[in-house]
Amino acid sequence: MQFGIFTVGDVTTDPTTGRTPTEHERIKNTVAIALKAEEVGLDVFATGEHHNPPFVPSSPTTLLGHIAARTENLVLSTSTTLITTNDPVKIAEDYATLQHLADGRVDLMMGRGNTGPVYPWFGQDIRQGIPLAIENYALLHKLWREDVVDWEGRFRTALQGFTSTPRPLDGVPPFVWHGSIRSPEIAEQAAYYGDGFFANHIFWPKQHTEKMVRLYRQRYAHYGHGTPEQAIVGLGGQVFMRKNSQDAVREFRPYFDNAPVYGHGPSLEEFARETPLTVGSPQEVVERTLSFREYVGDYQRQLFLVDHAGLPLKTVLEQLDILGEEVVPVLRKEFANLRPAGVPATAPLHPAVTAAKEA
Amino acid sequence: MRTLKLVAVSAGLGSPSSTRLLADRLLRAARYRLAEQEYAVDVEVVELRDLAVDIAHNFVTGFPSGKLREAIDTVTGADGVIAVTPVFTASYSGLFKSFFDLVDPTALTGVPVLIGATGGTARHSLVLDHALRPLFAYLRALTVPTAVYAASEDWGSGGDEYTEGLPARIDRAGYEFADAVAARPAREADEDEVVPFERQLADLRLD
Repeated sequence: MQFGIFTVGDVTTDPTTGRTPTEHERIKNTVAIALKAEEVGLDVFATGEHHNPPFVPSSPTTLLGHIAARTENLVLSTSTTLITTNDPVKIAEDYATLQHLADGRVDLMMGRGNTGPVYPWFGQDIRQGIPLAIENYALLHKLWREDVVDWEGRFRTALQGFTSTPRPLDGVPPFVWHGSIRSPEIAEQAAYYGDGFFANHIFWPKQHTEKMVRLYRQRYAHYGHGTPEQAIVGLGGQVFMRKNSQDAVREFRPYFDNAPVYGHGPSLEEFARETPLTVGSPQEVVERTLSFREYVGDYQRQLFLVDHAGLPLKTVLEQLDILGEEVVPVLRKEFANLRPAGVPATAPLHPAVTAAKEA
Repeated sequence: MRTLKLVAVSAGLGSPSSTRLLADRLLRAARYRLAEQEYAVDVEVVELRDLAVDIAHNFVTGFPSGKLREAIDTVTGADGVIAVTPVFTASYSGLFKSFFDLVDPTALTGVPVLIGATGGTARHSLVLDHALRPLFAYLRALTVPTAVYAASEDWGSGGDEYTEGLPARIDRAGYEFADAVAARPAREADEDEVVPFERQLADLRLD
């Protein structure tokens, strides 16, 4: 099973100091966080993609390419790549290039994005969100698998005799996850292609996740890719840890109370009860995380959100130390013991990555 | 014969509340009418006051708490809904609107709805027709023709030679509502349908 972190890339004022990092600081901090993830033995770093303040990651492959050059083992991924408003041709080119630079340590997660104006900014219509996700991915899928592509669709200029370069490393396209909170069409899309399905999971009660993963697993089997249990599932999680549970709650509360998205609403305790947020000791995080498989089945990737809401870099790096030392090693062992034979431990890795591991 | 489920939503804030009182009276009239026709009836009242904080939290977090989810499911699963609000600043109360903002816009399609409002003066009675009726028209509910407005003075007076009194209006509204509920076929539980991917592709002519 793979463990890692995913970042939204928000520039948020630290509510305890009133200080707001500059964009430059936030970008450099993001790199430091990714490098730390590798150092503490995590498997995956994924960045979001946003095209409006207060977010910095508008250019994911630039960021990931830089991180690729400074790491050896970390798988670089996205959370998510906007399949609706990016040109699928550019995605094919950018991520194939990244795949070469990172020697195969690349996969990506498709998402639609939930910021309305991004669609018109990129010449699209939000009401076409699902059809855009379906058509654009159909083209991307083809571009990575066929050397010469003829294409005509509803949303993009036609292509005649087009070859997307560079070709994927060793002819193996990057593995793709499809991320969605509650659109059955996207679970269906992931199942159809035999791709992975990633449930964002955080900030929401588990019901949507449970329902979407169940649907994805059934349809994955329906399309003949394997049994429902063999489908490739990833989940988000949100944690804040200190040795003593009370210290974690005390330290995280001001960040929680003022957080974008959910702040100024329910109490930390209520939100932790209703959503996967876990604030407490490493042991509590282990227990909560293990409980996820009770409603999604055995799954292949767990990503944690640890760097949002204005948490300072120092704190985030401490969180990664705790994850790497006290949480993930236990989770690796426990999940492996629980996983039945025949259920894949990870999403398919690029053969170059597998070879490097064996060497 | 199936049991009909009637749910009243009251946005009254006081205790006792004249809005709740009106909701109860409308429920009773509808129930009486249905009992005459030998229907079994289940009634429930959703008091929005008890959900006010949960409703506000839903706006912040984007999802309902367990308690609020149950209330929304109760309303959207009803065979008929009675919705009563006090008049605040010339319209329905913010709490009333906020609750219905959280109901899926298709969840009340075709569902009989009886609307009512209370206020200090009868001069606000058109709130039923300029605020509540359009709201339920948007939700594609089947709002019955008679809506009931109860001003403070209505609770202590009868009708006169020109106008029916409150009890007569309540009965008329309750009867119309009951008949609409009885006439409507049982609601089917709606399951999420999966559109097979081939069809999604075919819709884009990409197969």
